[in-house]
Amino acid sequence: MKARIAHIASNTFREAVRDRVLYNLIAFAVLLSGAAILVGQISIEIEKLVVINLGLTAVSLFGIVIAIFIGIGLVSKEIEKRTLYTVLSRPVRRWEFIVGKFCGLAGTLVVNTFFMAIGVFAALFYVSHKFVRADALVLVALYFIVLEFLIICSLALLFSSFSSPLLSAVFAFSLFVIGSFAEDLRGFAGMAHGFTRWLVTGAAYLVPNFSALNVISSIAHEQPVAAQLIWHNTLYALFYATMALSGAVLIFEHRNLK
Amino acid sequence: MPAIEILGLEKTYFVGFWRKRPKCALRPLHLTVEDGEIFGFLGPNGAGKTTTLKLLMGLVFPTSGSARLLGRDWTDPEVKAQIGFLPEQPYFYDHLTANELLNYYAQLSGVPGKERSRRVESTLQRVGLTDVKGVQLRKFSKGMLQRVGIAQAILHDPKLVFFDEPMSGLDPMGRREVRDLMEQLKHEGKTVFFSTHILSDAEALCDRVAIIHQGELRGIGAVADLTSSVHGKVEVIWQGTHVPASMKALGAECHVTGDTVRAVIDENQQDAAIDALRRERLPLIALTPVRTSLEAYFVEKLQRAETTAGSGK
Amino acid sequence: MKQRRKVSLVAGACVVVSLAASAVTLHRIDQLRPQATIEEVLYLNSPKVLKRASLGYDGLLADIYWTRAVQYFGGRHHNHALSYNLLYPLLEITTQLDPRLIVAYQFGASFLAPPPPGGAGQPERAIQLMEYGIQNNPDNWKLYYDLGFVYYMNLKDYKQAAAAFERGSKVPNAHPFLRLLAAQMAEHAGEFDTARMMWSATYQNTQDKLIRQNAVEHLRALRVEEDVTHLQQAVTRFGERTGRLPASIAELAAAESLPGIPVDPDGHSYKLSPEGRIEVRVPDDFPFATKGLPPGFKPHPQFDSQPQ
Repeated sequence: MKARIAHIASNTFREAVRDRVLYNLIAFAVLLSGAAILVGQISIEIEKLVVINLGLTAVSLFGIVIAIFIGIGLVSKEIEKRTLYTVLSRPVRRWEFIVGKFCGLAGTLVVNTFFMAIGVFAALFYVSHKFVRADALVLVALYFIVLEFLIICSLALLFSSFSSPLLSAVFAFSLFVIGSFAEDLRGFAGMAHGFTRWLVTGAAYLVPNFSALNVISSIAHEQPVAAQLIWHNTLYALFYATMALSGAVLIFEHRNLK
Repeated sequence: MPAIEILGLEKTYFVGFWRKRPKCALRPLHLTVEDGEIFGFLGPNGAGKTTTLKLLMGLVFPTSGSARLLGRDWTDPEVKAQIGFLPEQPYFYDHLTANELLNYYAQLSGVPGKERSRRVESTLQRVGLTDVKGVQLRKFSKGMLQRVGIAQAILHDPKLVFFDEPMSGLDPMGRREVRDLMEQLKHEGKTVFFSTHILSDAEALCDRVAIIHQGELRGIGAVADLTSSVHGKVEVIWQGTHVPASMKALGAECHVTGDTVRAVIDENQQDAAIDALRRERLPLIALTPVRTSLEAYFVEKLQRAETTAGSGK
Repeated sequence: MKQRRKVSLVAGACVVVSLAASAVTLHRIDQLRPQATIEEVLYLNSPKVLKRASLGYDGLLADIYWTRAVQYFGGRHHNHALSYNLLYPLLEITTQLDPRLIVAYQFGASFLAPPPPGGAGQPERAIQLMEYGIQNNPDNWKLYYDLGFVYYMNLKDYKQAAAAFERGSKVPNAHPFLRLLAAQMAEHAGEFDTARMMWSATYQNTQDKLIRQNAVEHLRALRVEEDVTHLQQAVTRFGERTGRLPASIAELAAAESLPGIPVDPDGHSYKLSPEGRIEVRVPDDFPFATKGLPPGFKPHPQFDSQPQ
């Protein structure tokens, strides 16, 4: 069981790498080094701020685009191209396939993020010529970004398990946008009354909550992140990804592969 | 112990926007395939052959009924380690090489690590892909992909193999090789279940055939029994998508399927037919005498189907 | 078959359990970082940057900031906060993202200017916001009205207030009472009537719930102040006539030939303290009243629990 999941995961990773997904790193490197050089000439004061803001935002956006576009194709593309037939006619359970795909995609993103993180730290070093203690906060932000990816991956797989690639992309992307304003949604729920309040509160807890995972701007201003928050965010991401992934398994387990 | 026992498998899809209109893909099907047989599953396109195979592979779920494979419940995942499956017009991960793909499938089938590379190597050799094993699959032709498909189906030394249209996309040499391979598998004591719409393939290979049309089993029997009498007919198969007028003039019944056309003509018109194809520069794939009773049997079953369908509407 | 049912059951249970767990965790996260979205303005305080970051969807972003501003004010107000430092930045971002969001200016006029706990105590900021609003919406007489309102109510600058009302009255389709207000500012008489007129106008000029509630509170307080003023005069008259304080509010009412015991806007009768002061029975119900409260009373405004 574990071996099969690992094989599916590593095959997913290999496919993604061969599909030139990691080429996005080049675009990232160009963007970041360009910004580092340019901003250094404009202002000394905020160059570090800009590098952190821009670097982390790019890490997060590039990763989300990859997660959505690969994630939605993972299941539906295999159905469309009928590669799934030759996999599921082997002693592979359907849930193993879903979990394996998730691990492979998450692994791809972690590797991608790792290289980008090196880029961010290199750019930081370039602009300030040294590392200070507060730079460790960037690691926290990166960790939160990876948690964000886990949630997006699981959602992309969930949609991919029952919907067409285009619709899945639309769903996943809108949930990303809504999730970024999840706290506003809950605030709005708090101001509503009666049935609306009930409805909006439900929706606010159902959509993924990305606002607590986005600490980029506060970290750029060297605001510390509470250990409690790190711990709770980890739990939250794990619970949410489990939920979406179980949903994907539940749907996929009953799906006729026409 | 029969290799395959199909116990009333039935599949109804619900179509339309609200999924309310039932569409019967397979009526309750009862079928037994004995151990060590080559069994042909015949029928025109859309007859329900692929649906039956997908049901047996657990890719779609039946509306009712069940099946047993190799004496065990067909949903038992462990039974699948003993089964090989070639889907119709197979397609694989573009960015893998044939070697990597087969390794991956061997891992999924639970072939132990030590044996794996040896097994992959010998299977590649068996389907004639050793020279291109390091090439990514997106560069493969349709015929080469078909060979990869066959390779992945027999890779883990299964006791029972299912082939869905194994000859499609292959050139005459390839068709010959696949026929030989199926016979070898039979000699190795394996059971082969394959679907086709090309009668000559079935006739040359099968111990028994079943004919299915519009989701319904129309007939079943041993080829030897069905081909007892021989009439003066030949089957001509060529590559192309249209029927030249000169062929029609010969009074041939022509069936276009995919990129091949199949016609049945009188034996004495065989030279004229070849001439006609040569004039049209259409590549001839096969010319085989038809033991008309299988043909007649097939046509009869289909015609019965058509009349029932006609009266039904 | 059995296998599939087992997997489905486990997966279904996982969905339910992990959804519940994620909701609980989320609740804890919210407690860990209250007001987190709102405190974002501490870092992202440049409307220009935000406008660019919104990629042209600045209207939507303005709406989000507007709800944040309302949420911020409502939440802090509910907790009897004494400072509202983020209210101005939130409103500034909102109005710069969408300069035509009139309700945001009205909100600012009502809650930036008054002293805490009724507002942020920043009348200069309120005026700054109104001037920005007028600059972008010169044809909206309501903004001139609100500007004059702040000058009159919070800064007691009657000249500037008159000027603002005067400017507003010249706008096409302006409400005629702006001209009247301008004149009244000049005379600077009949305080109760003017104030009542202005708060009624504030109430009528907006659909915003908080602003309306605030206006209602002030109107109620005005009535209490007016009643208390009249009753207190009656107490004085009574004392001059009889040489003593009335024993009860009923005696006072009888002496003045009032039709009954006078009552406050909530229907509670006013009471007479042993020292001869007229007081309301439930001072907490009239947070903005300046008369009729027990000595040393500190109001606790509670909009959310206020009966209409």
